[in-house]
Amino acid sequence: MAEFEPRIVAFLCHWCTYTGADLAGTTRQQYPPNIRIIHLMCSGAVDSIYVLKALIDGADGVLIGGCHPGDCHYQTGNFKARRRVAILKGILQQMGFTENRVWLKWISASEGKLFADTVTKMVEELKKMGPNPMKQLWNA
Amino acid sequence: MAKKAAVKVKEGRIEEAIIGFLKSLLERGVVEAMVIPKALPSQDGFVQTLIRDPEKLNGACVLSPTMPVQSARVISNLTVKNLGKKVAAILKPCEIRAAVELAKFLQVKLDNLYVIGIDCPGTFEVTDYAKMAQEGKGGESLTKEFLKGMEKGEIPPPSGYVFRTACQMCEYPVVDSTLRVSQADVIIKLFGYKTDQEIGIEIGDKLEKEVEEKGILSFADNEPASRNEVVNKVIAERTKKRDALFQEFKGVVKNLQTFLDRFSTCVRCHNCMVACPICYCKECVFRTAVFEHDGDQFLRWADRKGGIRMPPDTLIFHLIRMSHMVTSCIGCGLCDSACPSRLPVATLFRSVGDRIQKMFQYVPGRNVEEVPPVASFKEDELKIESGAL
Ligand code: SF4
Ligand code: SF4
Ligand code: FES
Repeated sequence: MAEFEPRIVAFLCHWCTYTGADLAGTTRQQYPPNIRIIHLMCSGAVDSIYVLKALIDGADGVLIGGCHPGDCHYQTGNFKARRRVAILKGILQQMGFTENRVWLKWISASEGKLFADTVTKMVEELKKMGPNPMKQLWNA
Repeated sequence: MAKKAAVKVKEGRIEEAIIGFLKSLLERGVVEAMVIPKALPSQDGFVQTLIRDPEKLNGACVLSPTMPVQSARVISNLTVKNLGKKVAAILKPCEIRAAVELAKFLQVKLDNLYVIGIDCPGTFEVTDYAKMAQEGKGGESLTKEFLKGMEKGEIPPPSGYVFRTACQMCEYPVVDSTLRVSQADVIIKLFGYKTDQEIGIEIGDKLEKEVEEKGILSFADNEPASRNEVVNKVIAERTKKRDALFQEFKGVVKNLQTFLDRFSTCVRCHNCMVACPICYCKECVFRTAVFEHDGDQFLRWADRKGGIRMPPDTLIFHLIRMSHMVTSCIGCGLCDSACPSRLPVATLFRSVGDRIQKMFQYVPGRNVEEVPPVASFKEDELKIESGAL
């Protein structure tokens, strides 16, 4: 049987992490191809609905990437994203979904390597966890 | 500092004594209208009413044994647009707490509203009460039992009936000056009082002077010694029940699959959301185009799993409703009461709410000055090293 290849949906902010991902490409950083990137203007635009929809409909993990604290182009979008993600993860944990499948990372436009390393690490971790049980719930 | 007073009860007519006090607020122009529960002509249910004529307060029921709507919603309708006159509202602790949360979301305006809080023994499902009334177990005799029982904090429901689950597990039975619930201008105190002789009233800063000057009450700083003890006993019992229900719930909901099993009878009617006083979005996202998809999109989803439940998004509905309002859930249980499938929605929301509220040291309904966690952030919080939040 082929090795389990996790699927990651990544929501990346335009000004930092998306540009960082671009840099990872142009500087030929190696990272696994398990990631599908969705380009948003700001991490503050990531609604918990998107995250859940991804997890229920086929993703094994969700990565949210934004600017470092203080660097958000819209001042506070990343802080809002952080609360939102913390609340969502708290809810899931209380309902017994304890696996760490939603990652929030601050990655700047110049941190191409950090982006590549993050994806590599996330794929490794998700492989250890195995397929996401949420995506198997046809009755969700 | 709130001022305390005691109101004498004549010949055991407790409700009359309370109504008498409320009447004087209306008659002497402290307020110009009052929101208060009253029995319907059919006598098998109660509704909130808006009363202008003091005489119409006769027959009002300060301790309504049902909660057909969460009065925070009524207060929202009444205050949010141009309320120029002073209105008082008799509210149960959970209704005050909900109103406080709505005030934070700018859906209640407290300017001209005078909140009269009252100790709450608990409420029954609307349909249960209607049956009780038919069996002659409701009405005045029930209220009397309630009021008498509150002296010792022992309030047995009529045989064959139970209080709503949310009430059994509600650890906020009082509007207390120790600020368990703080936003009340008047507090009617019953727990720990020999209610067939006297009841307690507390007047907050906003009204204190006027109430004294108009000779409505004279203040004396006393309270029966047993009050604290009785209140603490009731809180302890309810807390114990709450923890037991949380425990039981955790035993059943071990993961999302078992959650869906427990909620298998959810028909996705959204009643829980409609009844919830906190659900503050003017337009619920589940009723917008966000959840309208192309036919082909549904097919793609079905493709991936071989087949999907239709309509989809039951799990997302509950999870997202929580993510919007669970930090403000005050546990009134109106969601439970509204559910056609009798699902333990409130236990779910309270159990999750407990965790998330603690995360932000937030107590919904405590203080109108506080900002709800979903509407704020701190720069220095929630460290997110190596992906783990
Ligand atoms: S979720 Fe249920 S218990 Fe919580 S505030 Fe809304 S209706 Fe009341
Ligand atoms: S009221 Fe009950 S059946 Fe209707 S959506 Fe809520 S939980 Fe489901
Ligand atoms: S612009 Fe990057 S997080 Fe807001």
